[in-house]
Amino acid sequence: MYVAVKGGEQAITAAHKRLAEKRRGSLDEKPLTIKQIRQQLPYAVDRVMIEGSLYDPQLAALAIKQAAGDLIEAIFLLRAFRTTLERFCDSQPLDTGKMHVERRISAAFKDVPGGQVLGPTFDYTHRLLDFSLLDEEKQTGCDNESDQKEAVKTEPESLELGIEHDLHDFPHVLKSMTAEGLIENQVSEQQQANFDITQQPMQFPVDRSTRLQALARGDEGFLLALGYSTQRGYGRTHPFAGEIRIGQVDLVIEPEELGFQIEIGEITLSECEMINQFKGTKEIKPMFTRGYGLAFGHSERKAMSMALIDRALRGKEFNEDFDSPAQDEEFVLSHADSVESVGFVSHLKLPHYVDFQSELELIRKIRKEQNEKAEAKVESAA
Amino acid sequence: MNEYNFAYLDEHTKRVIRRSLLKAVSIPGYQVPFPGREMPMPYGWGTGGIQVTASVIGKDDCLKVIDQGADDTTNAVSIRNFFKRVCGIRTTEKTDETSIIQTRHRIPETALKAGQILVYQVPIPEPLRFIEPRETETRTMHALQEYGVMHLKLYEDIAQFGHISTAYAYPVIVNGRYIMDPSPIPKFDNPKMHRMPALQLFGAGREKRIYAVPPYTDVVSLDFEDHPFDIQQWDESCALCGSEVSFLDEIITDNDGIRLHLCSDSEYCATRVGASQ
Amino acid sequence: MMVQKDLILDQQPLIKADQLTRLYGINKGCEQIDLELYAGEVLGIVGESGSGKSTLLRCLAGIESIDSGTVDYESTIGQLRLHDLAESERRRLIRQEWGFIQQNPRDGLHLEMSAGANISERLMSQGERHYGRIRQQALDWMQRVELDPARIDDKPKNFSGGMQQRLQIARNLVSGPSILFMDEPTGGLDVSVQARVLDLIRKLVRELNVAVVLVTHDIGVARILADRLIVMRNSRIIETGLTDQILEDPQAPYTQLLVSSILRV
Repeated sequence: MYVAVKGGEQAITAAHKRLAEKRRGSLDEKPLTIKQIRQQLPYAVDRVMIEGSLYDPQLAALAIKQAAGDLIEAIFLLRAFRTTLERFCDSQPLDTGKMHVERRISAAFKDVPGGQVLGPTFDYTHRLLDFSLLDEEKQTGCDNESDQKEAVKTEPESLELGIEHDLHDFPHVLKSMTAEGLIENQVSEQQQANFDITQQPMQFPVDRSTRLQALARGDEGFLLALGYSTQRGYGRTHPFAGEIRIGQVDLVIEPEELGFQIEIGEITLSECEMINQFKGTKEIKPMFTRGYGLAFGHSERKAMSMALIDRALRGKEFNEDFDSPAQDEEFVLSHADSVESVGFVSHLKLPHYVDFQSELELIRKIRKEQNEKAEAKVESAA
Repeated sequence: MNEYNFAYLDEHTKRVIRRSLLKAVSIPGYQVPFPGREMPMPYGWGTGGIQVTASVIGKDDCLKVIDQGADDTTNAVSIRNFFKRVCGIRTTEKTDETSIIQTRHRIPETALKAGQILVYQVPIPEPLRFIEPRETETRTMHALQEYGVMHLKLYEDIAQFGHISTAYAYPVIVNGRYIMDPSPIPKFDNPKMHRMPALQLFGAGREKRIYAVPPYTDVVSLDFEDHPFDIQQWDESCALCGSEVSFLDEIITDNDGIRLHLCSDSEYCATRVGASQ
Repeated sequence: MMVQKDLILDQQPLIKADQLTRLYGINKGCEQIDLELYAGEVLGIVGESGSGKSTLLRCLAGIESIDSGTVDYESTIGQLRLHDLAESERRRLIRQEWGFIQQNPRDGLHLEMSAGANISERLMSQGERHYGRIRQQALDWMQRVELDPARIDDKPKNFSGGMQQRLQIARNLVSGPSILFMDEPTGGLDVSVQARVLDLIRKLVRELNVAVVLVTHDIGVARILADRLIVMRNSRIIETGLTDQILEDPQAPYTQLLVSSILRV
């Protein structure tokens, strides 16, 4: 006698238990601490913050621990938490020109005021697995080879040898080009963001500010792939890295009750300005155009990809031919959010047996009818 | 950080969603954009339905949650537990005793009454989406009632298969005006929507759309005069309760492929079994 | 040889354009156009490329906005000022009361839908809901445009250019339009195919008594199909009149040039 399947509730409880075990791993090892994750996996923390759309390194580290290293799962945790937070203020626009620079480079010029400051970067490391890192007992401070190599590179390199450079004094490279009229001006007159994608749903077509918001929280892999496609001929924007800068920027608010501005802290930002070519029209003299990327923490790859796509999506402004996915606003922005895409892809795991049953019934019916028709034809021919 | 507002969403968000619901009820079948929030479940797993339920549920409500027609499928259990945790309200499996039913992919077999609310989880709210992927186009088509492409699709089905080949999420026209996707319920359930005494609300969290069918509204499935809309039928009846009129799940019980047919609506089936004993 | 038609010129024109202007550059587009179209007649707009004839056609059909002037349409419900109508009304007109044959049939067809579906679309958007009747009309029309009815379920992307154009014609005529706008209907076709499609158009236009506005750079096409001609150059009308008159006795120097360049067959 068949008994209908029950016990969904117990199955879920058991699954949670197994997950907790998997997250903890072998009891012979000490559990990871949130502090360790925050200090020693900083790039993971930065990614979770920017895609989670919440600047809180501690919560991001917690999310990473809870998600057992699945960063997209951690991003989801942070976003869900963000939903519960109250918004009490918009900040003043961030002044990245006053950034306390840790890293600042330009590929467009050999040298720029303030110099090329490499900062902490994987660039120029040789990607050779460092087996000395396996010997964990020996590691305290910067003892091993790998760490020593990195330590050398963190001192700012300045062409003016021996002179200490004020790490706040790095004017934007593109500023001087704007003054010359060589590149489009980008300073907006508006002081406030006019559309917040977390408070109102996007409806295409959207403006550039809305696009940038959506890209900032977009999945890094998706943006990287699309940015890459623009370099391979799917949309031609000929980019140069005008400037990439990473460092701390003050967060300033002007509460109504006070009537004046106060600093409430600082955040680490990665900013990328891409320079792209533009051929000019009869009305507009030829000049360079821009792509912009911004992300929390040390998220250089993200900022660069975002800048490539920002420019590709501006194609309409410059009457460019629209023939590649990276230029398609609806395509890019509808699929950029990893929380949305992961949810829908993974929902295929949910039971679909009722819809499937309907399809089964229909296909059986159609096949039956087609068979009957074929048989009838054979009979009448005979 | 363990204290959440009643029903998880803050009151401001609930008000915003309720305003969207009011708009939706005033324009039956029209998709109202709303600022959906990330929820503690993934998009695609019912966040739209959950946000709608969270916005209309009150302390005195009694909630039933089903998925594929059953109360104890894993997702239904998970959602019901979520509401128990953030609302503390009564939950039940009995369709008769509930004030709000949240459902994925089925309408209960037991007829619903005036005063009840049925909340549907919707993955893709746009019925024209697979014919026209662009939202800018489909918005215009709805506004101008340019639904020719929908009928083209039905024509092509008949030309190719001899039948309209849509078995679930079968498009309907609501109040004689908007074409609507009823969510992936089997077409078997479509007739239940027509002039239903209960309020029907639809939430699509990922796509951020809400729509509604007020009580006693006309909901008509698209068809041709000479290929009228018809519902699924089985030669078998339910192996447990004997029903010949409910939607049946097919279960493969052993390696020889022996099949059993059972009611998809587990509560309806159990009630009938109980009544006959 | 043109067959003379009895044109009833004392009736209200179906379309009346008054100082219609739409320019998107100097001499690019159409300006200060006055014209009339009467029921049942074929009006040809001829000129070389860049003369503005396609722009004029699109303005008359209501699918392009205008800078100034008016276009009035005598519909069954009274006179309508075309560019004052709501977008939805204009779109309805073009879909139901009029037809538009695109030069490239790929622009005027759903290539991924069957031939039958393409013909049926207008019927269904007018509310026809009987599959059998719809399909029968599609079959009838395929025969009328000399397409093999057995190909009703085939997709036009696999048809030749001439067949695609025939399908486009069927698709537009099935709804019994009062006006048919045609933009170089045989432009992309090779010569032998052109002749047959022109014959078909001429036959159908006579049978259905539909008014036609036909744009072509080919005076030979105009000679075969049009009752009256408008000659355009640099966005303006430089001469109008009965086709026979214009071809036999052109007045304007430019028209003389144009006419003299036709190959006498």
